[in-house]
Amino acid sequence: MLIELFLNEEKVQADIRPDMMLLDFLRSRGLKSMKRGCDTGNCGLCTVWVDGKPVLSCGVPAARVQGAHITTLEGVQAEAEEFSRFLAEEGADQCGFCSPGLIMNVLALKKENPHPTEAEMKEYLAGNLCRCTGYQAQYRALVKYFGIEEVQQG
Amino acid sequence: MYTIKNYVTAESLEQAAALKEKGRNNVIIGGNLWLKMGSRSIQNAIDLSRLHLDGIEEDAEGFRIGCMVTLRELEVHEGLKGTFGNIFKEAVRHIVGVQFRNLATVGGSIFPRFGFSDVLTAFMSCDSYVELYRGGRIPIREFAEMPLDNDILTHIYIKKDGRKVRYQSYRITETDFPVLTCAVIRKENDFSVVLGARPKRAVCIDGIALEAPEEEAARERFAAQVAERTEFGSNMRGSAAYRRELARVLILRALAELTEDKTC
Amino acid sequence: MGETRFVGKGIVKKDAEALLSGKPVYTDDLAPDNCLIIKLLRSPHAHAIIEEIRTDAAKKVPGVEAVFTYQDVPQKRFTEAGQTFPEPSPDDRLILDQRVRYVGDPVAIVAGKDEACVNRALRMIKVKYQVLDPILDFTKALDNPIIIHPEDNYVAKEGKGTDPKRNLCASQSRGEGDVDEVLSHCDYVVEEVYHTKAVNQAMMEPFGAFAMKDIYGRLKITSSTQIPFHVRRIVARALNISKSRVRVVKPRIGGGFGAKQTAVCEVYPAFVTYMTGKPSKIIFTREECFVHGSPRHEMQMSVRIGADKNGKIRAIDLHTLSNTGAFGEHGPTTVDLSGTKSISLYRDLDAFRFSSDVVYTNVLSAGAYRGYGATQGIFAVESAVNELAHKMQMDPSVLREKNIVHEGDRLMNYYGQTTESCALDRCIAKVKEMIDWDKKYPYVKTGPHTVRAVGMALSMQSSGINNCDVGSVQIKLNDDGFYTLMIGCSDMGTGCDTILAQMAADCLGCEYDNIIVRGVDTDQSPYDSGSYASSTTYVTGMAVVKACEQMKSRICEEAAPLMGLAPNEVEFDGALISEKKDPEHFMELADLVTSLQAGSGKIITAAASNTSNVSPPPFMAGAAEVEIDLETGKVTPIDYAAVVDCGTVINSNLARVQTEGGLVQGIGMALYEDIQYTEKGKLKNRNFISYKIPTRLDMGRVRVDFESSYEKTGPFGAKSIGEVVINTPSPAIADAVYNGTGLRFRTLPITSEQVFMGLHKK
Repeated sequence: MLIELFLNEEKVQADIRPDMMLLDFLRSRGLKSMKRGCDTGNCGLCTVWVDGKPVLSCGVPAARVQGAHITTLEGVQAEAEEFSRFLAEEGADQCGFCSPGLIMNVLALKKENPHPTEAEMKEYLAGNLCRCTGYQAQYRALVKYFGIEEVQQG
Repeated sequence: MYTIKNYVTAESLEQAAALKEKGRNNVIIGGNLWLKMGSRSIQNAIDLSRLHLDGIEEDAEGFRIGCMVTLRELEVHEGLKGTFGNIFKEAVRHIVGVQFRNLATVGGSIFPRFGFSDVLTAFMSCDSYVELYRGGRIPIREFAEMPLDNDILTHIYIKKDGRKVRYQSYRITETDFPVLTCAVIRKENDFSVVLGARPKRAVCIDGIALEAPEEEAARERFAAQVAERTEFGSNMRGSAAYRRELARVLILRALAELTEDKTC
Repeated sequence: MGETRFVGKGIVKKDAEALLSGKPVYTDDLAPDNCLIIKLLRSPHAHAIIEEIRTDAAKKVPGVEAVFTYQDVPQKRFTEAGQTFPEPSPDDRLILDQRVRYVGDPVAIVAGKDEACVNRALRMIKVKYQVLDPILDFTKALDNPIIIHPEDNYVAKEGKGTDPKRNLCASQSRGEGDVDEVLSHCDYVVEEVYHTKAVNQAMMEPFGAFAMKDIYGRLKITSSTQIPFHVRRIVARALNISKSRVRVVKPRIGGGFGAKQTAVCEVYPAFVTYMTGKPSKIIFTREECFVHGSPRHEMQMSVRIGADKNGKIRAIDLHTLSNTGAFGEHGPTTVDLSGTKSISLYRDLDAFRFSSDVVYTNVLSAGAYRGYGATQGIFAVESAVNELAHKMQMDPSVLREKNIVHEGDRLMNYYGQTTESCALDRCIAKVKEMIDWDKKYPYVKTGPHTVRAVGMALSMQSSGINNCDVGSVQIKLNDDGFYTLMIGCSDMGTGCDTILAQMAADCLGCEYDNIIVRGVDTDQSPYDSGSYASSTTYVTGMAVVKACEQMKSRICEEAAPLMGLAPNEVEFDGALISEKKDPEHFMELADLVTSLQAGSGKIITAAASNTSNVSPPPFMAGAAEVEIDLETGKVTPIDYAAVVDCGTVINSNLARVQTEGGLVQGIGMALYEDIQYTEKGKLKNRNFISYKIPTRLDMGRVRVDFESSYEKTGPFGAKSIGEVVINTPSPAIADAVYNGTGLRFRTLPITSEQVFMGLHKK
């Protein structure tokens, strides 16, 4: 079936299988930042924005995004630069496999809530799994990015 | 992964209903998070996302919530919060993550009547009704006990009736399925309890008196009676015996919140 | 060690920009579009013989290129464990076997042009099984009438005590002194049994590999692996072809933690491409990562530990029963660490004994997971030490202070080695300060139904395998004086490309950016046994130091004649080669390279390999603070303090992140990651819905500090860090739970239901 949509602001048309997922569609278009880390919508590695909202591209039928604006990390390189730098400076990239999904969700949080509390921030990002860092280095990068005062309970 | 022969973006509910009634291989695509995990061979995947079923409308008596409203919209809706407090936020905020809740829909959460559903527990704790395309408006508690059929859930209507509800859940990790969900409802001096993830579908327990809610001993008796009367089962996340004990604890915690809340 | 400009600093990883901007650098990103897609038909039975398998209908599905069964594969057994010669794991598997040994064991390989046709073909394969009784309880495996490996072509390796007819993959016993005798004279003895499960590494990138024929008709395999050189050997052996026919390339890896030290998926695309000549790929689903991965060995550990009335630990007796599952990958070796890395934490024992049996069962094969047996053994022995302290009514940290190893001590169960670098005493002191031990031990009441309690444990690991692991590097000097550092070890996110470049830059006195690191291609990279056994920093790092020394003298050798001098009359400072007596007489490195490239000397390369005859252990102390909800039994991690002695810290950021990551994996093992099987042996935890790794809301806070000793056999004084960090959470949290509730848990994970039931039985 034929769909028409905006990929990182570029209008594209494609002929897709009716059961294709957005994740596979994007990867087939050469956009490889988003990854498949699970089969069940739990890992957050495939996060992209559909009409500005962060979603799991592994669960979105490609057929449903007809007319929608899809944004991937490839399309927000400049916007992502600052937070990526904070991650790199902490060594929080590690294997990097979860980074694109995390970055997309962090940028979404920033737009939705530029000054989150620590609890709001952690809750918003709870669906982004990471097995390398234990989250603590990501946390240090996030604290800098959002300018949160470090007041973790001890 | 499922396979889909035709992806149909429905132009009317009538069209959607007609397709769905063709048989089990014709399926409504809600948030698609559960459906895609299966390996069904789907003839017609029916998408309702162009039918303007994604709004939350408030009127004098209540809220009408379209089936395509996402759990995230339910979580952050100011009107619902103003009327029902934190019930919906509490019920959904543990569900995987924001990106998941931006996809998962109210209809997709309620229609299958999953045992583990936080969402079903939350709606059952209010005076809620499902609106079915063929079946019309049915109280959600009745709907929860009905077998799955071919109808289409289009809306949920929640009446404002001044009740106070406190929502509690227990889970092993913060974003896991619940071991138990619990909502305690207060309508003046009438208390009732909804328990879900037993692990079976949520049930409502009412008709147990709580004469002196300000007394701890009375609350304990009430919680014990409710837990005793409810049927629990075992699965990977916990045994029936543990769930019964958790029910007692969660009911007590919700009751404490309700009785401490001066606005009640 | 002199001043360093890069070693010790938190240098940003070399690949950070590529990774963080989402560049296509992982295996599946790089696979060509025309790869055949491979999927495996899997056994629904835990133990069965294939009586009949019909693939004709499947082969006719449009788009399907090939369907292979056990009838199509070479009949020489091999192991998928990535280990150095003499490979200790038995050769006990075929690519496909007529006997299936666990639920999920591959029965057929299907390759076709897309997933849809392959899935259709999978459904059309008809298999008739003769279903056999399985062994699912590993405590009943030894000498069970059911035999899992009855085949004649099974190859046991020497000296491992293997006897497949008894379901025994390996067996050993060693010790010093008369343990029974010493224990009988101890004033206090603890004797208990501990149990850890087959937890999963759950790295974010699933297993995956693709294969194609290169221009010479050789097999080129690109794989998400920690062990490219071992994959070359494993594939060659599985296909029964020469190693010269195989090339393995490692791109960026999305985490490994040991999982990818076993070649769980590479043989399938290798075989398909070998047979069809076409490129092919296999990318495991997350479910396949669970049912066909390489998890931690489940172990049951029986510990006896005794002390005199003054708190001197006199004897430790440990017997470990390890469950290797259907195949023996890493079976004989993981079990060994359960004893070496636990008993050796304590000095001057009058006696010890360590014995072990490794048995086959009908669950998936276990493998290597960060900690590699030490995690299991340390849970048991450190728990027993805590129990001993409680029995003596002594603070467990004090009992440890009296008994731990110090610098210069012979390690009790560590092949006769002594520790020449050990700051364990300082680690304990600092961790107590960080967690405020003296104030919080054993617990503090924090609410009407909550307490906060603390618990402690120690850990050690190795730094590579002595006289076995080899790291080698080559350095090329290029135009303008930049260097290419070619390495054979696998950066899997850990940052070894970066830390080796830091070392090289400091050794060569150049800018960090002047070191270009080239990752692994077995055709080009110097041999390295791989990134496992905590070997990279220590073993390969020392190879870097050696190669850089060589490079510097080669530079002097080539520059001197051009300057009219002898090599011993010049020195090189990283930029200039100058006459020792007359520093004004110098040559720039860039000019040297230009002259050499114009034919006035030899092009400069240097190569070195390194192996160590010792494996100096890193040490650490960890302390957990948890909150226990006495009404529900919920155990919530609040704070975890850890102090590590990894020798010199090479990269302060990466060492910290390694530690934090290992701690949170350890917390997951202690509290959440609960492997369960059905009665028929089917793994229940097949996804992240039922296998809960910690999210950022489940781990509390972790805090890490370092107390460095100096290891003179290591590069810049460094030891390893990758594995030692995962071992303390389980015993520390178990003791915190005890300190808060009086309940002792000897099986992991500690679930809230168990805590609740324990509290309400009392």
